[in-house]
Amino acid sequence: MEPIKEATRVSFGETLAELAAEYPDLVVLDADLSKATRTDIFAAACPERFVNCGIAECNMLGVAAGLAAAGKIPVAATFAMFSAGRAYEQIRNSVGYPHLNVKIAGTHAGVSVGEDGATHQCLEDMALMRTIPGMTVLCPADHYETKAAVRGMLEHEGPVYIRLGRLPVDSVYHAHSLENFTIGKGNLLREGTDVALLATGLEVPEALAAAELLAAQGVSAAVADIHTIKPLDAELVAELARKTGAVVTAEEHSAIGGLGDAVLAALADADVRVPVEKVAVQDVYGHSGTGMGLVDEFGLRAKDIAAAALRVAARK
Amino acid sequence: MEQSERSALRRAAARLRLDVLEQVFTAQSGHPGGALSSADILTWLYNKELNLDPAQPRWPDRDRFVLSKGHSSPGLYAALARRGFFDPALLPTFRKSGSILQGHPDMKKIPGVDMTSGSLGQGVSTACGMALAAKLDGASWRVYTLLGDGEMEEGQVWEAAMFAAHNKLDNMCWIVDSNGLQIDGRVEDVAGPGPLDKKFEGFGFQVLKVDGHDFDALEAAFAAARAEKGRPTVILATTVKGKGVSFMEDQAGWHGKAPNAEQYAQAKQELEAELARWEVE
Ligand SMILES: Cc1ncc(C[n+]2csc(CCOP(=O)(O)OP(=O)(O)O)c2C)c(N)n1
Ligand SMILES: [Mg+2]
Repeated sequence: MEPIKEATRVSFGETLAELAAEYPDLVVLDADLSKATRTDIFAAACPERFVNCGIAECNMLGVAAGLAAAGKIPVAATFAMFSAGRAYEQIRNSVGYPHLNVKIAGTHAGVSVGEDGATHQCLEDMALMRTIPGMTVLCPADHYETKAAVRGMLEHEGPVYIRLGRLPVDSVYHAHSLENFTIGKGNLLREGTDVALLATGLEVPEALAAAELLAAQGVSAAVADIHTIKPLDAELVAELARKTGAVVTAEEHSAIGGLGDAVLAALADADVRVPVEKVAVQDVYGHSGTGMGLVDEFGLRAKDIAAAALRVAARK
Repeated sequence: MEQSERSALRRAAARLRLDVLEQVFTAQSGHPGGALSSADILTWLYNKELNLDPAQPRWPDRDRFVLSKGHSSPGLYAALARRGFFDPALLPTFRKSGSILQGHPDMKKIPGVDMTSGSLGQGVSTACGMALAAKLDGASWRVYTLLGDGEMEEGQVWEAAMFAAHNKLDNMCWIVDSNGLQIDGRVEDVAGPGPLDKKFEGFGFQVLKVDGHDFDALEAAFAAARAEKGRPTVILATTVKGKGVSFMEDQAGWHGKAPNAEQYAQAKQELEAELARWEVE
């Protein structure tokens, strides 16, 4: 199959539409952003099970909780800022605490939102969602992984948050290679002995490119796609850290509370003491600019991951 | 109002619409529809209504304006630049990295912006806070806030409405840009927050309904808002989304899309003709 360059939000909308018949209890909700979250693809395929809630995100998450309590499988979609962000407390108390089977999509996550600027660039969603007991947090990297993750989240019983992006992204996978996608199991994409690059979402292709840059300098980097932030694949994380002795995490998210902190906690729990650096947005807000331009400005490119890898390797 | 004054306002509004077009076209990003529908309201506010001093953007006794529908930022930026808060030459930097002109209004970066906004439903609450501050200080400055009709779907708007009426914030005036459209289609088809007049009356507001493109009607409504005692005012302004650019008018598709070169040329021609028309009269 040809590699596809697609925004994960598009892959998400397409997959929901494909699964409509298989999941008769699936109900998709949106908050006046269906053309952007791409739930419009589902709405066109299955209008009777699509409800536009209007610009009322907190209510939408409450409605989702009620649908789930009555046996439906609701998927509530809007920008990450307005689902994980604005409706946090509704998610925490009406979805998380009763452990209802609600699937929450946060699209347009990270600085790659671009021109809309800081108010729309959610850098905290994974941190917020991780704090909710029983919440599964997914962050797929490409078209194929998003398709697998959407299927996986519908199969999974319980609340799930899925983080999606605005920009088209190169594919890391091919269709067949994801038959073994399992929530909570990271995918080792490249073996290496000197440093481990643990990446999620849009940072996965950047980490793979970083490994190439490092190889050219004689540094052997392992690369893992950590598509599930919670529950984290602590075994894989500890194993790679032990094997390489140095870790770089990479995420298009705040350095506070996301993949990097989850990895640090897992390493501490496993008593693995290795140098770690977090490639992430360093406790600042974003601003307007082009999507990839900002990924660059905020130091989230392959070259930045490679530089961090050299620093942690030197600290061993 | 004298005809000469009306013509001057028409010119200013055409100028503002051209500035909106230039910003969104240069950025190849942004929201033209709601900026064009509210262009006449912003023109009235920044030329006639608001008591401001561009030399002192943080003058404590100024009137406040909160753009609760923050995505109409190019309209606000044009109004501020033409009023002298910053150089209009900055307008083409809109939404570019390093610019003060962020995608949504940023009070820490842009002279004249009283409140950061962009997340719908939040600006109006902050406007209530400002109005309360003026009351606590016994100050006479007033607070104005512009909302979208889609924005009326946010529960927070109605929490703010309850607050404003309960606290008798007669020093604030809400304006709803009732262009009938939001992103996913017509407001009444998506979620139907109407009828707004009855809702606001129920909440204890003075409710005024006007044609949001008619300066005489706007003048009368803002005067009535200033005269009202004991309760806040809401002006429900009926407008046309994309007003002034024929192919953008009443089209949901132009909510958040930038024109291509050909569309830009046509839009510019139409708006320049409008500007010229009021030049002569
Ligand atoms: C809380 C929140 N939810 C969603 C959005 C995304 N959004 C931006 S504009 C818009 C539609 C606004 O419609 P309306 O208020 O009618 O504005 P107008 O027609 O004047 O442009 C939406 C949903 C947002 N900015 N904030
Ligand atoms: Mg509208």
